Amino acid sequence: MAEAPPQAGRRPPDPPVRQGRLTPWLYLAPALVVLTALLAFPVCQLGLISLLEYTQAQVSGGEPTSFRGLGNYAELFADGQFRQVLLATVLFAAACVLGTITTGCALAVLLTRVRALPRLLLTTAALGAWATPAITGSTVWVFLFDADFGPVNRVLGLGDFSWTYGRMSAFALVFLEVVWCSFPLVMVTVYAGIRAVPGEVLEAAALDGASQWRTWRSVLTPMLRPILLVVTIQSVIWDFKIFTQIYVMTGGGGIAGQNLVLNVYAYQKAFASSQYGLGSAIGVVMLLLLLGVTLVYLRLLRRRGEEL
Amino acid sequence: MRPRIRATRAWRFAAEATAVAVALVVAFPLYWMVLSALKPAGEVRSAHPVPWTPNPSLDAFRRVFGQQDFGRYFLNSLLVAGTVVVASALIAFLAATAVARFRFRFRTTLLILFLVAQMVPVEALTIPMFFLMRDSGVLNSLLSLILPHLAFSLPFAVWMLRGFVKAVPEALEEQATIDGASRARFLWQILFPLVLPGLVATSVFSFISTWNDFLFAKSFIVSATENSTLPMALLVFFDTETPDWGGVMAASTVMTLPVLVFFLLVHRRLVSGLGGAVKD
Repeated sequence: MAEAPPQAGRRPPDPPVRQGRLTPWLYLAPALVVLTALLAFPVCQLGLISLLEYTQAQVSGGEPTSFRGLGNYAELFADGQFRQVLLATVLFAAACVLGTITTGCALAVLLTRVRALPRLLLTTAALGAWATPAITGSTVWVFLFDADFGPVNRVLGLGDFSWTYGRMSAFALVFLEVVWCSFPLVMVTVYAGIRAVPGEVLEAAALDGASQWRTWRSVLTPMLRPILLVVTIQSVIWDFKIFTQIYVMTGGGGIAGQNLVLNVYAYQKAFASSQYGLGSAIGVVMLLLLLGVTLVYLRLLRRRGEEL
Repeated sequence: MRPRIRATRAWRFAAEATAVAVALVVAFPLYWMVLSALKPAGEVRSAHPVPWTPNPSLDAFRRVFGQQDFGRYFLNSLLVAGTVVVASALIAFLAATAVARFRFRFRTTLLILFLVAQMVPVEALTIPMFFLMRDSGVLNSLLSLILPHLAFSLPFAVWMLRGFVKAVPEALEEQATIDGASRARFLWQILFPLVLPGLVATSVFSFISTWNDFLFAKSFIVSATENSTLPMALLVFFDTETPDWGGVMAASTVMTLPVLVFFLLVHRRLVSGLGGAVKD
């Protein structure tokens, strides 16, 4: 039986009205049950716990839970370390997104300029990096940059320079790993996008005397914009909530917490020092930040007249 | 004319050389992982590492599999990821069919909710999830890993499959109805096989995010360690003052291989699936 690729360009008609008003809800029921119980409910709980004094004493029932109002948030924002972690998280995520998108796009363009064999090599290598689980990627990169046994310091002649000791070098190491494992998605998607641009469009541009650069800027970029939007949003969301890489590569947030990001910070607060109320407040801050990104995304979709 | 062609050729050669060089750099960490797993212990801990080994050995793998429960952790990981993949594919298929082929009240609201749900940072929910799992008595069991991952992969799967369901022509359903097929029969025997490429693409994502999970395994499996998953076994070799690098690399290799195999098997469909989802 033939495969059914989603139609590009022509918009499929609206779904028809069918008899049986209950049927769609029947189909939706399992998904709604799972999502309500395991997503919506925990989100509400998170908000609730963030307003409580909730530590080991309350969890074990030794002390009654007391309502703190916005006390946890006040405590967080008065805390210099939290403000610093928040700033580090945003800057680090921004750097990772920028690195991932530029690398991915540059290599996607490179793929269009080479013959089949180099293309196969690069795609296969990227597929390998893409498939590598975050935790194994982390251990391998730490080993590559190990001060005593890693090959990188030997090749670069860095002696026994420890990458995880300094704040910036530790962030740089995690940045490299993150870009390594996340550029492939961007590269493959953007490459597919470029290939999907009809040849006639490019021919017409060439006939009109457009330069390579001009073609790229005025023809390809606008056509690729939806794809770029999706991969950028995905990268923002993904890089903003990195946990494994920081946790594993910097040993739980670096020396004296110098490499902490929000996620790891919340984990440490909640599970290492049993301050569940504070940890939840950090979670809410993250949730709100990502919700902001989502709203921007929805607005962009709407403005382009996407139907849902 | 001549110099221009030469210039183009030089450019092309430079592009291809760059592509090959980048491919080597990108592949190098994985090569080094497998190589170090195969090196005898003395060579792994050499201050002057070489990119080959004259005497490969399986010692590191023996150490890893000799560790108590490593095999069990591996099976646990497979079981958790497998259950999430199958369950989320089935549930998402039904939900995607509902939003793609029916018009009903709150359809748009639901779609927006699915989109918003995708953006919820999983990690921020660890704390309420922990209490939820504890209160429902599934903490320390595999179910405490399966359930959250099911919830987290569903919204994306629905969103992605919607495009594939939509692409199946309406006429097909009319025809099936005329031919006397029941709705259930149409759903499972006609629609389901048609959206299989989309299911493959979504499966990759749910498989990988579940297989990669480190935070939930660390937070929800606290006392019954026999229900732990691979990342925890890996940390046994890594999380010490002097890591057993050979063991870490062997465990990493074992953990990476299933995903790599899965990827190579489905990558063509994955790429076309991505294209489909992005175009939509």
